[in-house]
Amino acid sequence: MSALFEYLVRLGDDSLILGHRLSEWCGHGPILEEDIAMTNIALDHVGQTTSLLKYAGEVEGKGRTEDDLAFLRFEREYRNVLLVEQANEDFGVTMMRQFLFDAYRKPLYEQLTKSSDVQLAAIAEKSLKETKYHLKHSAEWVIRLGDGTDESHERVQTALNNLWRYTDELFYTDQNDVELLANGVIFSSEELKKSWMEMVKTVLDRATLTIPNNGWQREGGRKGLHSEHLGYILAELQYMQRAYPGMEW
Amino acid sequence: MVTKERIWELMEEVFDPEVPVLTIVDLGVLREISEVDGTWMITITPTYSGCPAMKRIEDDIIEKLAEHGIHDVKVENVLSPAWTTDWLSEPGRRKLKEYGIAPPVDEIDKSVLFADQPIVPCPKCDSKNTKMISQFGSTACKAHYQCQDCQEPFDYFKCLK
Repeated sequence: MSALFEYLVRLGDDSLILGHRLSEWCGHGPILEEDIAMTNIALDHVGQTTSLLKYAGEVEGKGRTEDDLAFLRFEREYRNVLLVEQANEDFGVTMMRQFLFDAYRKPLYEQLTKSSDVQLAAIAEKSLKETKYHLKHSAEWVIRLGDGTDESHERVQTALNNLWRYTDELFYTDQNDVELLANGVIFSSEELKKSWMEMVKTVLDRATLTIPNNGWQREGGRKGLHSEHLGYILAELQYMQRAYPGMEW
Repeated sequence: MVTKERIWELMEEVFDPEVPVLTIVDLGVLREISEVDGTWMITITPTYSGCPAMKRIEDDIIEKLAEHGIHDVKVENVLSPAWTTDWLSEPGRRKLKEYGIAPPVDEIDKSVLFADQPIVPCPKCDSKNTKMISQFGSTACKAHYQCQDCQEPFDYFKCLK
């Protein structure tokens, strides 16, 4: 399996699963505007998934389409980080999860616009513009909720405490990345982590929130080892294609 | 004889399904028209990655050309250079405003997190006393605003750079 295929699936699955999670808010948003905002962002993620998995299928060269990859793999073949599959819980938890992810995605796409792989650079250039809006949205909510009432502050602080353990995995690198790094297809995750941390600190500071002191971190998603949530997500996501193979509407 | 110019003309009759006053030429979604071995290649680019109108636009292009007897057509979707609101034509901006959607204004860099929102004049009364209700509106490319003077709620075609 090519390293580029694996890398594209990792990014594509992050968007696919996060997009699905956000779409679960459809009809359940705390206010109409946020219902629309979250589904808009979900749509951007599904769009980015389409670009990434379509290209992954082409790189793989076995004739798999973006739909085949999205709907017809098994749990252990999904490569998304654990963070994006965590449950929506309340609006504060969803916004915190989104912020921690957006703060990583934006500098990642900024790096990838300089990729030596022309198509990956094109996808990054396109997606970056959307991601800037996502980050602005989630960061503003983290600030508003963190620096809001006692109740909202406590809830988003708890969300941060619970989600923090999934953040190191955003910068996960392994054997797969060696060749891609050497060829200038992708770039250093240390640089990425620096930009991420800077953004996270700035926003959390304004939100009067505190980074948890606990060094415990979890990983596994990039290797296909997921939390219990992914199975339930896939059951819903794949239902139609599993029940009626090849159906279209 | 079918010429490139003729096809551009016909493309002026293909409308964006979500903002039906704009053609794909106004919108800047149509990037290029070329002929390769008798096949007309029509290159388009999405406004947003997940824009659900792209498939429809593709079908509409093929249908429009078929109506005029042009059947050897291939529509290609490219991502780079990425679409920007700078490509929205002047007539397109005027048509948007007449339709009640505020056209994009030159906007602050979104990477500046805490900068002020851009001033978007009301498409009905031109007042600059408007406020953003939500960054995300009825479609991916729009934000939701309200005029504080005439009270009109309106869509803003948001800047994408």
